[in-house]
Amino acid sequence: MINIALPKGRLGEKAYAMLEAAGYECNSIKEQNRKLIFENPEKGVRYFWVKPSDVVIYVERGAADIGIAGKDIILEYSPDIYELEDLGIGKCRMAVAAKKDFCDRRDRTLRVATKFPNIARSFYSKQSREIDIIKLNGSIEIAPILGLSDVIVDIVETGKTLYENDLEPKQDIVDISAILVANKVSYKFKNAEINAICEGIRKNITK
Amino acid sequence: MSSLTNVFRNDEKALYSLRELYRTYGYTQYKMGKFEEYDLYSHNKNFLISENILTFTDTNGKLMALKPDVTLSIVKNISSDDTSTHKVYYNENVYRTSAESHGFKEIMQTGLECVGTIDKFAESEVITLAVKSLDSISNDYILDISHMGLLEGLLDAAGIENAERNSVLGFVKAKNITALKRILQSRGVEDSIENVLCEMTKSYLPLNTALQSIAAFINGEKMQAAYSELCGICEALEVYGLCEKVNFDFSVVNDFNYYAGVIFKGFINGIPDSVLSGGRYDRLLWKMGKKCGAIGFAVYLDRLERFGSENTEYDVDIMLEYGNESEKDVIKAVKEIVSSGMTVKAVRRADKSVRYRQLKKIVKGGIQILETND
Repeated sequence: MINIALPKGRLGEKAYAMLEAAGYECNSIKEQNRKLIFENPEKGVRYFWVKPSDVVIYVERGAADIGIAGKDIILEYSPDIYELEDLGIGKCRMAVAAKKDFCDRRDRTLRVATKFPNIARSFYSKQSREIDIIKLNGSIEIAPILGLSDVIVDIVETGKTLYENDLEPKQDIVDISAILVANKVSYKFKNAEINAICEGIRKNITK
Repeated sequence: MSSLTNVFRNDEKALYSLRELYRTYGYTQYKMGKFEEYDLYSHNKNFLISENILTFTDTNGKLMALKPDVTLSIVKNISSDDTSTHKVYYNENVYRTSAESHGFKEIMQTGLECVGTIDKFAESEVITLAVKSLDSISNDYILDISHMGLLEGLLDAAGIENAERNSVLGFVKAKNITALKRILQSRGVEDSIENVLCEMTKSYLPLNTALQSIAAFINGEKMQAAYSELCGICEALEVYGLCEKVNFDFSVVNDFNYYAGVIFKGFINGIPDSVLSGGRYDRLLWKMGKKCGAIGFAVYLDRLERFGSENTEYDVDIMLEYGNESEKDVIKAVKEIVSSGMTVKAVRRADKSVRYRQLKKIVKGGIQILETND
């Protein structure tokens, strides 16, 4: 039995569709209910929905053998796992954004609001920049508008939310997409099964 | 009498069987203190698994550390021109901090080190002992092995600078082929080398099969030396009859500054993390100004704690309740149960948090059975 952690939400549904196309369907998952765990013993898979940022935790600690995690989450938590396949879905980028008229001045500490403090810290430390990190859990876009921070480090997909709030992306940090990750020990003891899933998915990846 | 297997926890059982194993091969125990001077670690921070160290000042104002690692303490005591071979094992508590929980942990660790003149025999003996260590814990194990020389040779050929090696190392470690390809292409590395690196990173095969399938990739002096070293190890393991569960995995890597030779990690089915980790770390000794070699490994006993521990159904055989009987009567009843080979917990009122096979009560003129769970 392979345990698969899926991130709740649109990305998870897309990822499940890829797994389904690869022959690992689990019909009970499509029923409208509040169940969190779905099993297809015939195909040897068990799916469960977890909070997107928790996928890597489930995988790193072996509660899930494989999972679908955003590259942003992997970079933020740097878990000790295998990143077996870039699924090419959920594409977006991590970027620095600020008010349109923002002018970066190096004579003061930069205040950065973000959900991803580790990514922000490593990005600015490469520039030897002193920053003040303000960790927020949502609605990051508000921070610069209210003067809580100078810039934000966040995920940008189309930039629509930014533009509607008079912000704009200033600098790209890294490209993000969904990755098929695996627990290192599961990869060894369930190697054939996990490889088969990777093979099946690989055919449907559009680069 | 109950056998010792019931008394010991998994990690304790492993500890004693490992000790026995290492002693059989002539390794002697190395005892050491809990504390070391902080300087020892500050100079070799990258050698440690966790960077943060618990420190305190001793009565003379010197900065001391609760030791986060055992290897450094052993190695620093080897004199610089020693040509003999020291074989030691240890079994110590180490102290590590965890970044996520902002706390620290005491971890029971055992392992062995072979320091001094290391020849082919000594090296393969250590690897054999690593396999045997895993086998003594569970027969469903895997040892993954690789050689830093293979990766180093490839990176030399690819012309990857030192500063960038660590990011390549990270991608190899995560088997992240996409990112690996991207960085190699952006550095203009030849297609043939890129292909070899990706293929090796992807592959996961039993050691003997892997050695055949990567033979074609071996190029240059460094890789050749590493390859023949691995072949030697494979032959040695075959002699011991232990080759079956040893796999070649290129993603087993460690810091280039300390590790140059063979490197390995051990896994037990059912434990989501490696339980054994080791390798050849000659470069650490060179950094410390010593002209000898060293190979060793550590077994993380704390990770065995939860492994297969559900075999004891009951905490105690008999829960014995007593009331206002005389002390003598209670002693007599307890004595009787114990001499029949069962375990007993005698209390005034049964403790519901304890799992018991039978609940008994002392009543006038004997013992009455109140409840049976079997």
